[in-house]
Amino acid sequence: MENIAEYILEGRKEEWRADLRKSMKAKERTSLERVMMPEQEPDVRNKNSIEVNLGITEEMAVAEAHRCLDCAQPTCTTGCPVGINIPAFIKKIETGDFLGAASVIKQTNALPAVCGRVCPQEKQCELNCFYTQKLNKPAIAIGHLERFTADYERNSGKMSIPKTAEPNKRKVAVVGSGPAGLAAAGDLAKFGYDVSVFEALHEIGGVLKYGIPEFRLPNEIVDVEIENMRKMGVKFRTDFIVGKTASFEDLRADGYEAFFVGSGAGLPRFMNIPGENYNGIFSSNEYLTRVNLMKAAHDDYDTPVLMGKNVAVIGGGNTAMDSVRTAKRLGADRAMIIYRRSMEEMPARVEEVHHAQDEGIEFMNLHNPVEYFADEKGRVNRMRVQKMELGEPDASGRRRPVPMEGEGSQFDIDVDLVIVAVGVSPNPIVPSSLKDLKMTDWGTIVVNKETMQSSIEDVFAGGDIVRGGATVILAMGDGRQAAAGIHKYMTEKVAVS
Amino acid sequence: MNKIIEKEFFSENVAKFVLEAPEIAKSRKAGHFVIVRLDEKGERIPLTISDGDSEKGTITLVVQRVGVTSARLLDMNAGDEILDVVGPLGHATHIENYGTVLCAGGGVGVAPMLPIIKALKAAGNKVISVLAGRTRELIILEDEVAAHSDEVIIMTDDGSYGKKGLVTAGMEEVIQREKVDKAVVIGPAIMMKFGSLTTKKYNIPTEVSLNTIMVDGTGMCGACRVSIGGKTKFVCVDGPEFDAFLVDWDEMMMRMGAYRTEEHQAFENYLQTVEIAK
Ligand SMILES: Cc1cc2nc3c(=O)[nH]c(=O)nc-3n(C[C@H](O)[C@H](O)[C@H](O)COP(=O)(O)OP(=O)(O)OC[C@H]3O[C@@H](n4cnc5c(N)ncnc54)[C@H](O)[C@@H]3O)c2cc1C
Ligand code: FES
Repeated sequence: MENIAEYILEGRKEEWRADLRKSMKAKERTSLERVMMPEQEPDVRNKNSIEVNLGITEEMAVAEAHRCLDCAQPTCTTGCPVGINIPAFIKKIETGDFLGAASVIKQTNALPAVCGRVCPQEKQCELNCFYTQKLNKPAIAIGHLERFTADYERNSGKMSIPKTAEPNKRKVAVVGSGPAGLAAAGDLAKFGYDVSVFEALHEIGGVLKYGIPEFRLPNEIVDVEIENMRKMGVKFRTDFIVGKTASFEDLRADGYEAFFVGSGAGLPRFMNIPGENYNGIFSSNEYLTRVNLMKAAHDDYDTPVLMGKNVAVIGGGNTAMDSVRTAKRLGADRAMIIYRRSMEEMPARVEEVHHAQDEGIEFMNLHNPVEYFADEKGRVNRMRVQKMELGEPDASGRRRPVPMEGEGSQFDIDVDLVIVAVGVSPNPIVPSSLKDLKMTDWGTIVVNKETMQSSIEDVFAGGDIVRGGATVILAMGDGRQAAAGIHKYMTEKVAVS
Repeated sequence: MNKIIEKEFFSENVAKFVLEAPEIAKSRKAGHFVIVRLDEKGERIPLTISDGDSEKGTITLVVQRVGVTSARLLDMNAGDEILDVVGPLGHATHIENYGTVLCAGGGVGVAPMLPIIKALKAAGNKVISVLAGRTRELIILEDEVAAHSDEVIIMTDDGSYGKKGLVTAGMEEVIQREKVDKAVVIGPAIMMKFGSLTTKKYNIPTEVSLNTIMVDGTGMCGACRVSIGGKTKFVCVDGPEFDAFLVDWDEMMMRMGAYRTEEHQAFENYLQTVEIAK
């Protein structure tokens, strides 16, 4: 979003905003300190699964809102993939109108309690904040404020259920219940469609449930959102794999006129190095699914998970951080990140990296595994790592890691659990069940960027199945855009016939 | 929720379940499996579909008591509900007219073999089935298999029924006697390993159906991974059937033992709770 949208500039002209700006000098505002998120003590939290961030208080939120200068040309909004009217909601907070702030956010973001917790703000809104750009000071804590607003609304018992248009009795199917699918379903319901969400797993929520751990995103928060959608009339079908349990053709015959595919990038990649199939070596998806979705660490649940004292997690993204911190919480003495680039290139959210460091996670940057070894029963007990250094920048603009040479450039580490978090590929079930669907070489679905329509007229798609592994907010934005695309398609279809 | 319509014991530790699952019943083909979770605290386990009735909207599963979940399932009865049943999963068996096909099933492996036998027969093959088990009571589905086979050979380890000997002896007998164009071997991993070593001696193309540990069954976790011809494959989405000669059996058996200690402990705990309940 290059240009600052009209509606953002419009709102700024309102009288209360102008008055509010005058109520405090800019100099005073910029002299205030950024709010600190209260968190559980590192030594306590690394043994439990309770959320690390405890949330800011009303007073803290109002104080933080005072820092915001309500810029004439607010640049923060250009960093938000869904174009939240950031100054408007922050200024509502400044006046103490928290529910008003919530309704501003909800105009463009369907899952603010989730995004306030998991968005990489330091690369989006907060990166583009005037404080970061021009004052060289810590940005307004936009993420913390978003989270505060959403939590306030949820706890107030006055959570508004979005208004839905008169039901038009036309059926639309949503495939997958991750953030992309949920966002699409919410908007389609608002337009009045009869929406059914089909989910392969036994839980609704996609990565929000099976991937991101409780200590970062409590399930309860996702469940409240799902419950609201139910109230809006959205139907959910778990244990239903579109393309397997029923084909698209079957669903068309059943009266579904359009589809939104948000099936995610669920396929874990491995490195294909010797010994990678030994027991005790998991994909991060398997490890996190066993712990989060199947509750393997609870004694009264049947699913087992192998425990480790010396745990190595390969990778530097959010998935790697979630895995290593989970392993620490499950009793690892030594929990380490093994990442082939340096700290700066880590794709994980900065806050997660800091939290991990505080919790006693070891970081072995510029190292890459080359081989695994096992005991006589096949359980991994040792890994060989290669020291790396950074060379020339690659296509992504990051400096390419290259193996170092010479004595001592490889050495062994004792490990009894290894979690491989080196990326995911798109889920092939939907593409393989739709012959005419146009795909990229990477296995993602090709769509029109405006409408999110695929090469098949009634099939729209968004989220990780279109982008490869991306983010919650982008998936959500795609879902909403696709809902608008579907609405247009459905309206024109009637006009023609 | 999927209701159990019918339950029938084949032996003390093996039972057949007919479940309500209308959509799966309609979509399923030979070779497909489902993932089952009994209740809120249950684990997800894969079970091959051994039969189905799209009219009645039911599927048939044959279950052997091996761990906590199967034991718990065997204690359930007609009228009870299973929380989650999802499928059909995996690729369906490739069926064509090969000529003469040797179908060797060991233990409960005969159950997933049955729909394949039916489909092969319907495609015009001459089907010779070898059913093997440790003792007489572990030979299951003999009549159903016989109804769709040109010949059935029974092998028991102890000679209590049919001929005495391992499945491989029965297979050898057929191969020595006539030209076999294709073989399908389904059963415990060790049986599939030796069964396919037998057909390999004679260069008979052989399919096996692998029953690895699974979690989601949709390609999402990699718990089910095995090496096939030196490449890592996911059994749930790339299989479950593979060219037997490419399977790394030792690795697969090693991986199947990953949770042996945990499983054993869980099973002991379960048996104790059942004891207490009694
Ligand atoms: C551990 C982990 C941590 C992460 N942390 C962050 C973070 O902090 N911030 C951030 O922005 N992003 C994060 N991400 C990335 C983010 O979660 C994803 O980009 C986002 O969830 C993608 O949403 P989606 O709706 O496209 O797909 P998903 O959330 O993957 O949902 C897809 C759903 O579709 C279902 N499905 C697939 N095929 C079918 C079918 N044929 N029929 C029915 N259902 C089907 C799947 O079971 C799944 O539930 C993280 C990812 C992981 C794995
Ligand atoms: S069972 Fe998870 S990928 Fe096969």
